[in-house]
Amino acid sequence: MELPDESGRFGKFGGRYVPETLMFALEQLTQEYEAARADPVFQEELAYYLRDYAGRPTPLYFAERLSKELGCGKIYLKREDLAHTGAHKINNTLGQALLAVRMGKTRLIAETGAGQHGVATAVAASMFGLECEVYMGEEDMRRQALNVFRMRLLGTKVTPVTSGSKTLKDATNEALRDWMASVEYTHYIIGSVVGPHPYPLIVRDFQAVIGKESREQIMEKEGQLPDLLLACVGGGSNSIGLFYPFIPDEAVRMIGVEAAGLGLESGKHAASLVAGRPGVLHGSYSFVLQDEDGQTLPVHSVSAGLDYPGVGPEHSYLKETGRAEYVAVTDDEALESFQMLSKLEGILPALEPAHAIAYMAKIAPQLPPDTLTIICLSGRGDKDVQEVARILEEKGTTH
Amino acid sequence: MNRIDAKFAQAQEAGQKAFIPFITAGDPDLPTTGEIILEFERRGASIIELGIPYSDPIADGPVIQASYTRVLERKIPVKEILEFVSGLRERTEIPLVSMVSYSIVHKFGLEQYLGQAKEAGLDGFIVPDLPVDEAAALSTSAEAQGLKNILLCAPSTPPQRRRLIAQVSTGFIYYVSVMGITGARDKLPEDVQEHLLELKSLTDKPICIGFGVSRAEQVRMLARVADGIIVGSAIVNLIAQNARRPREEVVRITGEFVGDLITGLK
Repeated sequence: MELPDESGRFGKFGGRYVPETLMFALEQLTQEYEAARADPVFQEELAYYLRDYAGRPTPLYFAERLSKELGCGKIYLKREDLAHTGAHKINNTLGQALLAVRMGKTRLIAETGAGQHGVATAVAASMFGLECEVYMGEEDMRRQALNVFRMRLLGTKVTPVTSGSKTLKDATNEALRDWMASVEYTHYIIGSVVGPHPYPLIVRDFQAVIGKESREQIMEKEGQLPDLLLACVGGGSNSIGLFYPFIPDEAVRMIGVEAAGLGLESGKHAASLVAGRPGVLHGSYSFVLQDEDGQTLPVHSVSAGLDYPGVGPEHSYLKETGRAEYVAVTDDEALESFQMLSKLEGILPALEPAHAIAYMAKIAPQLPPDTLTIICLSGRGDKDVQEVARILEEKGTTH
Repeated sequence: MNRIDAKFAQAQEAGQKAFIPFITAGDPDLPTTGEIILEFERRGASIIELGIPYSDPIADGPVIQASYTRVLERKIPVKEILEFVSGLRERTEIPLVSMVSYSIVHKFGLEQYLGQAKEAGLDGFIVPDLPVDEAAALSTSAEAQGLKNILLCAPSTPPQRRRLIAQVSTGFIYYVSVMGITGARDKLPEDVQEHLLELKSLTDKPICIGFGVSRAEQVRMLARVADGIIVGSAIVNLIAQNARRPREEVVRITGEFVGDLITGLK
C-alpha cells in the first residue's frame, strides 16, 4: 500500500495535530496537490525548472580517493551541493512555489534555521514573482547573518522570531500562525518532511528526485543497485529523498545519520530517532525530544540544519518497521569528516552531510570490501567555513 | 452532574449567558493564579479556562505563548499545576476547563492524564491541537470519567465538519471568532453572528465564542447570539503588564477588567 494513507499516516506516525483553524487549508492543499501530482503538465513544468533553473540532474560522483582511504569498495556522492543555492532544499521550494502559483496564491512564507531553506524559498519567490516572508529565530539570524543578507537581496522580508527559544522550532510556530491568518492568499512552504499531512508527503515527493536520479545513474555506471545508502537526518528531507525510490529494493541497506552533538549522554544533541520517543510536535506524531511533561527539549548540533527536536513521520515508520537504520555521530566526528572530504576530494561538504561521511568512516572497517555505497552530499560547506574555522581554532587543531 | 453542564443548565434557566475568562496557570505565580480565579468568580465569571503552559503552542497567539514561556522558565511541572488545582478545589466549585496541548496529554498517557485531571478537580479540556478527526478516543475516555472534551469550530470549517464537531464536542462548542490565532483585536468580523446562528441550528449544545474579544461592547454584541463569551489574551496581557505589582493589585486590576467585561452581559 502506498503511504501515507488517506489520514496522512505512515503506520501510526504522521497525521494532523493542528488547530481547527488550519484544517480547511490542509484539506485544500491535499486536494490541490493530489491534482497536481497526477497532472503531466505540472510535472513537466517542474522538470523544466529543475533542469534549466536548478541545474538538475546533479552528478553522481565516484569519490575514488575517499573510497581508497576508507577501503570498503566504491563510494559515490550524490552532489546536491551542485544544485542552485548549493543544497537540496531548492528541489522542494521550486515544487511548492509552482504549486502555490497553481493554487493562485501570491505570497510565500517559510521558516528557516540556518537560512538554507529560507534562501531556497526566497529564490523560488523571486523567480516566480511572488511576495515572500521568512521567519527566522533571532538567535539564528545573528549566527547566520550572511544568509539573512542573501534573502533580503532576493527581495524577501526576513522577520525575526523572539518567542520561545528564538530558534528553528519557534520560527516554525510563527510561520504556522501567519498561515492561519493569511491562508487565502499565502502558501506556507515547510522546509522538511515534517509538519501535518500533507507536508511530509509533498516534501518527500519533491525530494525523491534525488533517489530517482541516483538510481538511474548508479545503474548506468555500475549496472547494479547500491548495497548501502547513507544520508544525514535533521527533519529528514534529503535522506527520505534518497531513500524513497529504493524502499521496495530490500537488499539496499539504508542508514540515516543524526546529530549526536556533544554526545548522546551529554543531553546536548538532536538525535530524535536514536534518543527520542514518539510524541507530537508541529502537527505530526513522530519521534521527538521531549521532557517528561511533553515539553520540547533544547537541542544542540554543530550543524544548524540538523538542530531540530523532531523528525519526519516517515522516518519514524522506517525505523519502526526496521526498513532503515538510524544512528548518530558527534560534532567532533562530523568536523573531522568535513576536513577529510575537503582534503581527499576537493569538496567542502556542509556540516550536515559531513555527519553521513563520518558514519561511513566509522563503519567502513566492518563492511565487505566490495560494498557499493551512495552518500547524499546534501549541501556545500561554504556556509560553514567561518564556524568551522572558529571551532578548530578553539581546539587548536588547524593544520 | 458535571460542573460545566450544571453551570449551563443554571444559566439557561436564569436566562443568562456564561462569561469564561482564560488565564495561564502559574503566571505570574500559582498563588496569584488562585487568587485571580477566586476574584473572577466573585465578579461573576461562570467558568474558568486554565492554560497549561506548553513550549510550542501553535494555536495560541504571542501574548499567551509569552505567558507560557514565562512559566516554563521557572520550571513549574504539570504535576505541580494539578496539585494547585486540587488545592483550589477546596475553595471553589467554579467549573475549571484546562487548555492543554495534546503533546502533554500524549506524554502522560491519555488515561493517566484524564485520571489525574479528574482527581485534581478539573471538569473538562480544550485540546486545541487535537482536531475532531483525532479526538474520538479522548472524547470517549473523558465521557467515561465524567469529563468534557470541548472542541473548536472555525469560520473556515465546512458545514459537514461543523455537524461532526457539534456531535463529538461535549460540555460546549468553542467557536473561534476570527481566523487565525488568539489575541485581542480591534473589531470582530461582520459574519460572526451569522455563523453562530447557523451553528446553533445544528445543535442544542451551548456555543461559546472566543479568540479576539477584549471589550464590553463586543461582549454585549456576541451575547445576543452565543451562550458564552471567552476572553483570553486581553486578560493575560493585563497580567503581564502588571506582574511586578503586589499580588493584591494584580488581582484587583484583572478583577476590575473582567468585572467591566461582564457588564456587557447585563
